[in-house]
Amino acid sequence: MRAARVALPTTVEEAVEALTEAPGAQLLAGGTDFCVEVNFGLRRPPAVVALRRVQELRRYEVTPASVVIGAGTTYADMGGTELSAVLPALAAAARTVGSPQIRNSGTLGGNIATASPAGDTLPLLAALDARVTLRGPAGERTLPLGEIVTGVKTTSIAPDEVVVEVVVERRTGPQQFLKVGTRNAMVIAIASAAVVVDLEAHEVRVGLGSVAPVPVRATEAEMHIGDAIDWRATGGPRASAAALARFGELVGQAASPITDHRSTAEYRRHAVQVIARRALERCVVRAA
Amino acid sequence: MPPEGPATARSLGGPADGPAYVQADRYELLVNGTRRTVEDAWLGESLLYVLRERLGLPGSKNACEQGECGSCSVLLDSVVVCACLVLGVDAIGSQVETVEGLSADGDVAEIQAGLVDAGGVQCGFCTPGFVVAVHDLLRRTPLADEMAVREALSGNLCRCTGYGRILEAVRRVQRSRAVSDDSDGSDGGTGDGE
Ligand SMILES: Cc1cc2nc3c(=O)[nH]c(=O)nc-3n(C[C@H](O)[C@H](O)[C@H](O)COP(=O)(O)OP(=O)(O)OC[C@H]3O[C@@H](n4cnc5c(N)ncnc54)[C@H](O)[C@@H]3O)c2cc1C
Ligand code: FES
Ligand code: FES
Repeated sequence: MRAARVALPTTVEEAVEALTEAPGAQLLAGGTDFCVEVNFGLRRPPAVVALRRVQELRRYEVTPASVVIGAGTTYADMGGTELSAVLPALAAAARTVGSPQIRNSGTLGGNIATASPAGDTLPLLAALDARVTLRGPAGERTLPLGEIVTGVKTTSIAPDEVVVEVVVERRTGPQQFLKVGTRNAMVIAIASAAVVVDLEAHEVRVGLGSVAPVPVRATEAEMHIGDAIDWRATGGPRASAAALARFGELVGQAASPITDHRSTAEYRRHAVQVIARRALERCVVRAA
Repeated sequence: MPPEGPATARSLGGPADGPAYVQADRYELLVNGTRRTVEDAWLGESLLYVLRERLGLPGSKNACEQGECGSCSVLLDSVVVCACLVLGVDAIGSQVETVEGLSADGDVAEIQAGLVDAGGVQCGFCTPGFVVAVHDLLRRTPLADEMAVREALSGNLCRCTGYGRILEAVRRVQRSRAVSDDSDGSDGGTGDGE
């Protein structure tokens, strides 16, 4: 019997080489999805390429215009670094993931590659039109998140490609992430929403999770509320109660939820409107 | 391309460099400061399995194998993780500390005694995981308040105690450490409040 091998690369280049060398080899990052599947007999990797030692994946870079987040960035990193100041909704989402143990291991790259409808980083990344860079034997390519996450747990990432990093434009203004589940910790979202208020572009961006096969933008709701907000009001952007209520309705229309073991389609649609509106109310002043 | 201007780039750290390729059936791990050899292993074995079944360290418990219960909590390069979600081979080159190794340390003995005294141990199955999680919390945040304690322990499940006595044990350890650290003997922070 040929012994199974594990590659422990320290660079992305070595990781790609290792994937090319051993066909069928599988990437392992924090293991929080991967190992559950192995433990339950759902995955039997013939070879593993472990990314934990690849320092260039576990980094971030903040410039005046953009934020680059390495795929190996953990949830604990997202909440415990400067990233939490420039992407507060990402930090908020990260803080809802699993437990401290899971947040110490689980990574951004793993969340994208798993492509669960409930992946908690994905609503914000969708709202910010994130672009994802992959590296494979033929070099790098950068795609919008929507072209990477193509369906429930399906992606366009090739078996010999590594997610390297995610880039989002920086936006000035408040952000919120809210998630509904059965308890505060250790819960997969029944519905989630990320809301980004851009005080310079005078726009609101909304990403929704767990209410469609892939993370979705609520574009009609965004356009409606972008027009309805008084951006120059003293004390910050101001929206009327009626405009906020309409915003919630339009968010509900953007959702196409299903009924499953966690919840019903009706509840999901209701919950996502409530949390999206509530998230926005935490970012703007509510006028009577 | 990012425009010019002040930028911050940070490397977030990680384990020490390891060899590029290794056999997954025979390898060495550094567990509780000792080099241990793992033999005849299968690639898919979790660190938890390796510790318990191959290295004779049954302190870390196996209850769910899916990261939900925390009873397998260990420190990997000083970070608390679920050993059931680490591949044994992926711990190569890292420092693994289990409840057995930590128990040699007086700080942990205090946590263990606190759990017993407060009635935080019934069947005891969750206890080693709580010991590791509480140890990890208190060395980073000795005066963690109630919310921070609850959040830090949210990945550890107990089916017996209802948690109240476990939380009480943490408060007792915090109180006794605050008293021994604080020469004026004032309430050095039971952690209720900010
Ligand atoms: C108890 C528990 C609670 C959880 N709670 C949540 C939660 O609240 N919210 C949430 O969103 N998720 C949750 N998860 C799921 C999981 O933690 C996340 O999806 C996590 O981000 C996965 O990252 P990882 O680094 O652990 O990936 P791994 O498990 O190592 O890998 C997952 C998949 O991604 C691939 N992969 C990893 N990195 C890369 C890369 N750089 N390039 C290409 N492919 C890659 C792997 O090949 C594998 O197919 C939970 C999991 C557990 C066990
Ligand atoms: S056995 Fe690892 S978390 Fe339950
Ligand atoms: S004491 Fe029995 S599970 Fe906690």
